[in-house]
Amino acid sequence: MPMLLEAKGLRAGYGPTHVLHGLDFLVEDGGVTALLGANGAGKTTTLRAVCGMVKTEGEILLGGENIAGWATEDIARRGLAHVPDGRGTFMELTVEENFRLGAYVRRDREVQADFERMWAWFPRLRQRWKQQAGTLSGGEQQMLAIARALLLRPRLLLLDEPSFGLAPLIVQEIFGIMRRIRAESGVGILLVEQNANLALELADRAYLLETGRIVVSGPAAEIREDEAIRRSYLGY
Amino acid sequence: MEGLAHQIIAGIATGGIYAAVALALVMIYQATHHVNFAQGEMATLSTFIALSIIQAGVPYWLAFLATIIVSFVIGVVVERVLMRPVQNAPVLTHVGVFIGLLLIIGNGTGWIFGYTTKAFPSPFSSEQPLLGGLVSAHELGSTAVTLGVLVLVYLFFRHTSLGLAMRAAAYNPRSARLVGVRVGWMLALGWGLAAAIGAVAGMMVAPVVFLDPNMMLGILLYAFAGALLGGIDNPAGAVIGGFAVGVLENLAGAYVVGTELKLTVALAIIIGVLVVKPSGLFGRVVTSRV
Ligand SMILES: Nc1ncnc2c1ncn2[C@@H]1O[C@H](COP(=O)(O)OP(=O)(O)O)[C@@H](O)[C@H]1O
Ligand SMILES: [Mg+2]
Repeated sequence: MPMLLEAKGLRAGYGPTHVLHGLDFLVEDGGVTALLGANGAGKTTTLRAVCGMVKTEGEILLGGENIAGWATEDIARRGLAHVPDGRGTFMELTVEENFRLGAYVRRDREVQADFERMWAWFPRLRQRWKQQAGTLSGGEQQMLAIARALLLRPRLLLLDEPSFGLAPLIVQEIFGIMRRIRAESGVGILLVEQNANLALELADRAYLLETGRIVVSGPAAEIREDEAIRRSYLGY
Repeated sequence: MEGLAHQIIAGIATGGIYAAVALALVMIYQATHHVNFAQGEMATLSTFIALSIIQAGVPYWLAFLATIIVSFVIGVVVERVLMRPVQNAPVLTHVGVFIGLLLIIGNGTGWIFGYTTKAFPSPFSSEQPLLGGLVSAHELGSTAVTLGVLVLVYLFFRHTSLGLAMRAAAYNPRSARLVGVRVGWMLALGWGLAAAIGAVAGMMVAPVVFLDPNMMLGILLYAFAGALLGGIDNPAGAVIGGFAVGVLENLAGAYVVGTELKLTVALAIIIGVLVVKPSGLFGRVVTSRV
């Protein structure tokens, strides 16, 4: 049984600038892996590398298949959904149209049933159904971005700082929904988060990134308990 | 009074042509943020192709359909072969390629089909005037055709999954890729559709203005004026703008400046709108962030 996602010696950068210097990490089937690190450590770049938005070297195995060098749209079609930083919703389109785009590549008959599942998880989105995404609040837009990604019926979901710029109450709400998603959908998640405490609560595995290198890795629970790591890397 | 009504109806008929070409311009502008200056030349080429097919003895509407398909393919090929390699190049490169395209297609059309002005048939027998001379059969028919095309395009973008994907690719290509949309092909499809719409406009206007390699030059300017008037990033606005320019042009030509200066009216509209409301009447206000 291959891992859901396995990166081996992953390098990436922008033009001549190297940002990632050989990362190895795993996401288990249905598991949550947290990727932590300070601003500029290379977390966003790692997610971009996994879904083919930047040039990479090394192996990226999705369900055992090497997707390194593939076009982003082909990776998406293999069941990898990405909620990028800045959310990547279609601001000019309605909530409904964002939903339809999320399911764009699907040909099965359960799309409507999945819409209803999203409405159950994100009741606010149903209330905003015909509204332009650009008119939603920040929290609602983050919810829309997650719903849009889940509608692909992905095997693996990449989330880039879902709590960014949101009020604490909204963050709690979103992480609550993510716990439900984790329990009810079986999707694997690679989660990038500034809020290490929240991320480590949700995750079962974690990696700590420092200037493009992994400096700590292990079970999330252990890292959460390790005072030395918390003090020197997570700052709490 | 009857004269005025006639001028307005005639204005709506030519306005339909401008609206169609304006829509073609806006479609490509939304996807690439560049104005395809060669849109008119591409439509002229399509109209010459239509004439060749008709002269080969093919019934009009069959030739009409064949021309739309051929034009669609030409549009797709132009994007794949010429525009694709420069898609990330600076603005000036684009302008250069568009002007090159304009000259190549314009001169190629003249070289293949000749520079003499040719008559182009109308499928609507233009001999009998309708409604007591208020409107010609061709004016009525061509308005119906352009309106039909505009409605079809609207329904396609609103209600089909492919149309939605094309809009998504134009608005936000990065996110479109993330949901699996093949953005490159959506762009090519947009060029194909724009070329097909331009072909309809060319075939509808040719019976009125006659066919020569420069036929669409003035029409492109009016259409551009219409697009700017309505908002270059707003398809519905551009269509309304196209109709408005058609009516204004006709009224100005009949009552104010005479036919000699009609084109000046279009240019005056362009400049006037850009000065007063740079984003067009229905356009989004573009703010530059510092
Ligand atoms: N589009 C880009 N072009 C060039 N350099 C970039 C770009 N995006 C990020 N970087 C650089 O890559 C490094 C890692 O950035 P990023 O992956 O965004 O870090 P994080 O998400 O952990 O904050 C930083 O030094 C940043 O300046
Ligand atoms: Mg980041």
